[in-house]
Amino acid sequence: MISTILIIGGGQAGAQAIDTLRREGFEGRIVLVSEERELPYQRPPLSKKFLSGELAADRLPFRHQSFYDEHRIELKLGVRAIRVDPAARRVALSNGEEVRYDRLLLCLGAISRQLTCPGSELPGVHYLRSLPDVPGIREGLKPGARTVIIGGGYIGLETAATARKMGCAVTVLEMADRVMNRVVASNVSEYFAHEHRTQGIKLICNTRVVRLTGGARVERVVCADGSIHEADTLVVGVGAVANMQLAAEAGLGCENGIIVDEYCRTTDSAIYAAGDCTYHPSLRFEMRVRLESVDNAFEQAKAAAQNLLGRPTVHDRVPWFWSDQFDNKLLIVGLSQGHDQQVTRGDPATRCFTVCYLKGGELLAVEAVNHAKDYMAARKLIAERARPDLDKLADPLVAMKDTV
Amino acid sequence: MPRVVFLQPDGLRREVAAPVGITLMEAARQHGVAGVIAQCGGACACATCHVYVEPDWPERLEPPEDMELGMLETAWEPRVNSRLSCQIHLTHDLDGLTVTVPAEQAGS
Repeated sequence: MISTILIIGGGQAGAQAIDTLRREGFEGRIVLVSEERELPYQRPPLSKKFLSGELAADRLPFRHQSFYDEHRIELKLGVRAIRVDPAARRVALSNGEEVRYDRLLLCLGAISRQLTCPGSELPGVHYLRSLPDVPGIREGLKPGARTVIIGGGYIGLETAATARKMGCAVTVLEMADRVMNRVVASNVSEYFAHEHRTQGIKLICNTRVVRLTGGARVERVVCADGSIHEADTLVVGVGAVANMQLAAEAGLGCENGIIVDEYCRTTDSAIYAAGDCTYHPSLRFEMRVRLESVDNAFEQAKAAAQNLLGRPTVHDRVPWFWSDQFDNKLLIVGLSQGHDQQVTRGDPATRCFTVCYLKGGELLAVEAVNHAKDYMAARKLIAERARPDLDKLADPLVAMKDTV
Repeated sequence: MPRVVFLQPDGLRREVAAPVGITLMEAARQHGVAGVIAQCGGACACATCHVYVEPDWPERLEPPEDMELGMLETAWEPRVNSRLSCQIHLTHDLDGLTVTVPAEQAGS
């Protein structure tokens, strides 16, 4: 009988698992161990409205304390899991406690990839992942502050847009030849690069940071071409890696993330994992993936909770992602890897267009710029493995849902 | 504090007191109202906080913007009184606002 479920990690996945476990009628003991001091909270606003100060800290938590009290959730916040002993089904905590579990759910998330160039260890080199990272960055985003962002991915560009709106003089340094190069088509990159430049951001691609210099704190960024960028404030957003050390040390299979099957089970039958930390199979896309996504954390945690209760539930959703930059909303659904065809619907000049990816005639993924309708319709079509008519797909006057 | 009422898919009536300035979605989520999923957290990117606004109330709300209208079209069983609860900002005037939470949400 399962009487204790221990969840490590209080992000989106951990919070959702708690919710599903109780909604599904689990009456046993639920313990949440989170090294963060806050109640489980939303991360997406950290680079946007929370960074700018528009959204107060009390609006970040998913649930109030009363929810956890009412549902008898033992919260151990500000506590780190030090060691998992799968044989004894026991976890040692940083506060000296040990918790015995019948089932363990790891929702460990991801950690920011760190710069390694000389000067990376200087004070004032900020990363943006968790709530405590924000005040230090926000303090530096004063009007006119020379703000350098290393990395032109989601975090970098969202932070750049927020800093610019706050009146900073913003420079974005991207190593690749275009922004968000790993996640969007080149015309979507071009569109967003143009938007950022129009807003007054200095965006430099094809540039490699080789050194950070300064005295008591970082003051400038030196690139391979010799260019020097003065930085009153510096934020690094160069990707993330799975937080899997705890799992690896426990002997669980890890590769790019914690390896789980479609039932969210790790290589130990009493231990499950969900969210950014997992390397999991996607049946729909026929590959293993590690996703940094609110949606995946949410859905995988839901499935994991069912499986923890002994109700076999496959996690195989079409993932989706979004990003807000200035007044633009980028909505992505599906995974474009392996596509053999690409179709753009609409003209980027209208600020509303959609890039569609197909493989063998099946719709695989869609990147919609300010186009909610295309995006929502595509979510359905991709899940159904629909084969849209290419002429209709290329015609923005034909609704996405009517392309099949 | 305005009080808002959610008629949950399970038939339960949940009355929640919420501070002015937050959204109806946040009021629901903070208290764990069933059926309001709100996956994107209010970014108007998922249509999973869809609710039906009870009679007399729709015209007392700020009208939806284009982004919300686009999302609503693809919500689960949209009706004329459909709204995304993340786009409704609570004010004192909305004390007593009553909404029905649909049995399902988009993509769920």
